[in-house]
Amino acid sequence: MTMIHVTTTVNGDEVEFLCDPRETLLDVLRDRLALTGAKEGCGTGDCGACSVTVDDRLVCSCLMLGAEAEGKSIGTIEGMADGEALHPLQEKFIEYAALQCGVCTPGVLVATEALLKKNPDPTETEVRYWLAGNLCRCTGYDKIIRAVLDTAADLRKAS
Amino acid sequence: MQYHTPGSFDDAATIAAKAEGVTRFLAGGTDVLVQLRADMVTPDVLIDIKHIDGVSDIAREDGGWRIGVAVTGAEMTEHPELDKEWPGVVEAMDLIGSTQIQGRATLVGNLCNGSPAADSVPAMIAAGASVSVVGPDGSRTIKVEDVPTGPGRTSLEKGEVVSAVHLPARGDNGGDAYLRFIPRTEMDIAVVGCGVNLRLDGDRVAEARVSLGAVAPTVLLVEEAAQAVIGTTLDAAALEALSAAASAACKPINDKRGTIEFRTHVAGVLAKRAAKIAYDRAGGAK
Repeated sequence: MTMIHVTTTVNGDEVEFLCDPRETLLDVLRDRLALTGAKEGCGTGDCGACSVTVDDRLVCSCLMLGAEAEGKSIGTIEGMADGEALHPLQEKFIEYAALQCGVCTPGVLVATEALLKKNPDPTETEVRYWLAGNLCRCTGYDKIIRAVLDTAADLRKAS
Repeated sequence: MQYHTPGSFDDAATIAAKAEGVTRFLAGGTDVLVQLRADMVTPDVLIDIKHIDGVSDIAREDGGWRIGVAVTGAEMTEHPELDKEWPGVVEAMDLIGSTQIQGRATLVGNLCNGSPAADSVPAMIAAGASVSVVGPDGSRTIKVEDVPTGPGRTSLEKGEVVSAVHLPARGDNGGDAYLRFIPRTEMDIAVVGCGVNLRLDGDRVAEARVSLGAVAPTVLLVEEAAQAVIGTTLDAAALEALSAAASAACKPINDKRGTIEFRTHVAGVLAKRAAKIAYDRAGGAK
């Protein structure tokens, strides 16, 4: 099998890897780049646990090939905190206990950060629709939604 | 699996024409990768067409629009002008999948996947959209309604690749709309879908196109439904005739998402509702 050489940017760092053409971006992130924050829930684009950004666009990394990452800028959950300092969304998710098992959490956080960059003042309905592709089977969604709305309010006050 | 990234549609068509085994074109990949990972379709040759110039552009063309084959649903929704002229097409595309899917999914992928329940296809057909196709023997333009031939099947020949979608000039006094029925509010496949596109002359319907999804092996263009409203002011009698014509065109299957009776009934209901929205958008609000 011919391997494909890919040069891309992940969380601001240039990385290179070789991958099989059938490997997804999620496979590459987890198995070749050791970035295991993005999770495989369904592998078919339904659950959102593998959410990442590609050129600032929110996508499911399970529905994109590693080879397609050539020349792109990828953002994952590992790039969210600033060193030891958690992102305000991460702080607020802890405060609200907006997670239990945590498998959906990286995807929810990446998706939410993308939302707040696009819309700093979303309504509850907008948050719920935006996160409709991020499934959580533990907590229900209320704590997540409240944490997102509260973070958005804090960030607006701070800016 | 071979992975190709041609720099032109001619090259893409040449690769596809010479390919042995299962060939798939890759744009957004939201169907191709699901089928690959589910072992439903494992391509021997995968041709990524996103490296071709212009595939991500939404551009003016003859007063209408040329939409590149890699333009995503999110890019269509964010476009400042497209949804003012073709709100039905944009809202149909926007109904597909989650935010994440919207970041990748394309009109042409939705069309060439060949699902009778594809949301964007009735809207494109109602709008009178066409696609350019590049093949080993040259190019042709075909109407969107002539692309699907059955579930998962299209009229495209081996080596042919869609190179752009064309939406006609909106013109004056026109409006379109798309509605679908699903048992949830989001993240589901159409049980019935309906696109309506009208042009008014005063308060009377001068031109109409009505398209139905998920009620037959392919998305339908329903000429009888259009005739039911042309020349009318979309009054109660016209709406009833439209509803009856839409229901009469249905040849649906029974499945877990809807029975034949339900789909047939809902097609008529959605045709009426979508027609009223299109009429309002065309400036005919009373």
